[in-house]
Amino acid sequence: MESRTRAAFLIAPPAIWILVLFILPLGIMILFSFRAGSFGAESSVLTLDNYREYFSNAAFQRLLLQSSLLAFETAVLSVVLAYPLGYFLSFHAGPSKITLLTLLILPAWTSYLLRILSWRIMLGSNGPINSLLEMVGLAQADTPILLYSRTSVLITLVYVWIPFATLPIFSALERIDKRLLEASADLGSPGWMTFLRITLPLSMPGVIASFFFVFIPTLGEWVTPALVGGAQGVMYGNLIQDQFVRALNWPMGALMSLVMLVMVLVFSFLFTRMVRVTDISGL
Amino acid sequence: MRIRLLNSPGFYYFALMVLFLYLPIFLLVVFAFNDSVIMSFPLKGFTLKWFQALPQAGKLLESVRNSLVVGLFSALGATVMGTLAAIAITRHRIPGRDFFLAVGMMPLVIPYVVLGVALLILFHNIGIPLSLWTVGASHILVNIPYVMLIVAARLSEFDQNLEEASMDLGASYWGTLLRVTLPISAPALIAAFLACFTTSFDEFTLAFFLTSTDNTLPVYLYSQLRFVGRLPVVVALSALIMVVSILLLVISEWLRRYGQPKSYKRIV
Repeated sequence: MESRTRAAFLIAPPAIWILVLFILPLGIMILFSFRAGSFGAESSVLTLDNYREYFSNAAFQRLLLQSSLLAFETAVLSVVLAYPLGYFLSFHAGPSKITLLTLLILPAWTSYLLRILSWRIMLGSNGPINSLLEMVGLAQADTPILLYSRTSVLITLVYVWIPFATLPIFSALERIDKRLLEASADLGSPGWMTFLRITLPLSMPGVIASFFFVFIPTLGEWVTPALVGGAQGVMYGNLIQDQFVRALNWPMGALMSLVMLVMVLVFSFLFTRMVRVTDISGL
Repeated sequence: MRIRLLNSPGFYYFALMVLFLYLPIFLLVVFAFNDSVIMSFPLKGFTLKWFQALPQAGKLLESVRNSLVVGLFSALGATVMGTLAAIAITRHRIPGRDFFLAVGMMPLVIPYVVLGVALLILFHNIGIPLSLWTVGASHILVNIPYVMLIVAARLSEFDQNLEEASMDLGASYWGTLLRVTLPISAPALIAAFLACFTTSFDEFTLAFFLTSTDNTLPVYLYSQLRFVGRLPVVVALSALIMVVSILLLVISEWLRRYGQPKSYKRIV
């Protein structure tokens, strides 16, 4: 058998799986966004009404913008908090760096829902944070000032993303040739100058990767806002979910998903322009 | 070494962050032993009753069983498919390789809520009833890229001469794949399988959209969040699961490192 045929045999099962369960459903979703109704006779009529309604509804655009802003803040905060972690692990943790890195990543692999639930308790009216704020007079008993707000969503999301944000920064720092730092020091640069002019620029691919690793999935987040966000913390993902679970307006939900998909693909494309995948992975 | 670690200010920041990351988990473990149905402070006293109630929690145990089945099935599927793809892209010149990679990696960035509704529409349209099977199928899809990354990294690391030697000595292509390539990649395969299983076991959004009456554990957990009285038993079980999953991950991490080039040279 020729190499080409073998390759075809190998690639066929995953390629078909991706085609049928990824490309096809996204295609059907696009088609669905033109439908006049979810079910029955209406569903065979194709129309642009959904598009008109969507793009004339300022509330939808506003929510998308607010969600993007929240995702942006989450990503920036996660990167800023993660950078020193990656820096410490790469430069100062010595032989125990992988063990310490594993320690950092482990919580991210435990139940996502339960960690959010735990934050609900912590941010709640009888939680430790509110009690602390009560003591210093910033909050009153039984009225959580943090839970069910945009801030609580931000705190919880940053908590969720810090371990993931550390990984690309750490691997970018690991790739830096340490002789460059020695050379800089030998030539008389103070430590902060070496950091600003050598370490930081060389670790930028990791920082950018880390930013997008957090920003892109957070754009579509809906579970965290549903559990700790309340009315103020609603995100665009909740709007999509709502169309399918409560409003039962599938065509509108499909259109909303499509808008989100386009946004994510644009940002992913930007990301691949800014960072070569080979810089941050083994491929 | 110890002393040097303690001298670094970064270490204290690191320790603080680790504390921050483990605090919510620790808190849940504490509540699993708290003698009150309402999970809030102050604590009411120590009890084991939530753990004792576990064997009677039928729906909960059923959801755990469902999650185990879906996790094992989808991890196996994703490992097989991802490995096939990884061999194809590292060992063969295939036309459209970059395109395949770009599309194949997309499930990594797509929000699960978008994928979930797209699959919901698909299954609805072609008349496939929602079940644990549809959940499992979606979990295979999202895990394929992870397996590809893990296995391809391993495959590009080891010496292709070993495969050529095997074929020179008369083994067929598929025989070589089975007896040389796959055994050498075994640590990566196991690590990939465990990573897929853990991801599937904890995945909520896709399962939420794609299951009907059979719940996976996260879906069941989500449905119970409104019923305060039933929550402590769920939390008790989850605390147990967290401990088990941490153990599994430590094993997987150990295997992954065992598969690094250094130990590989030792084997050869």
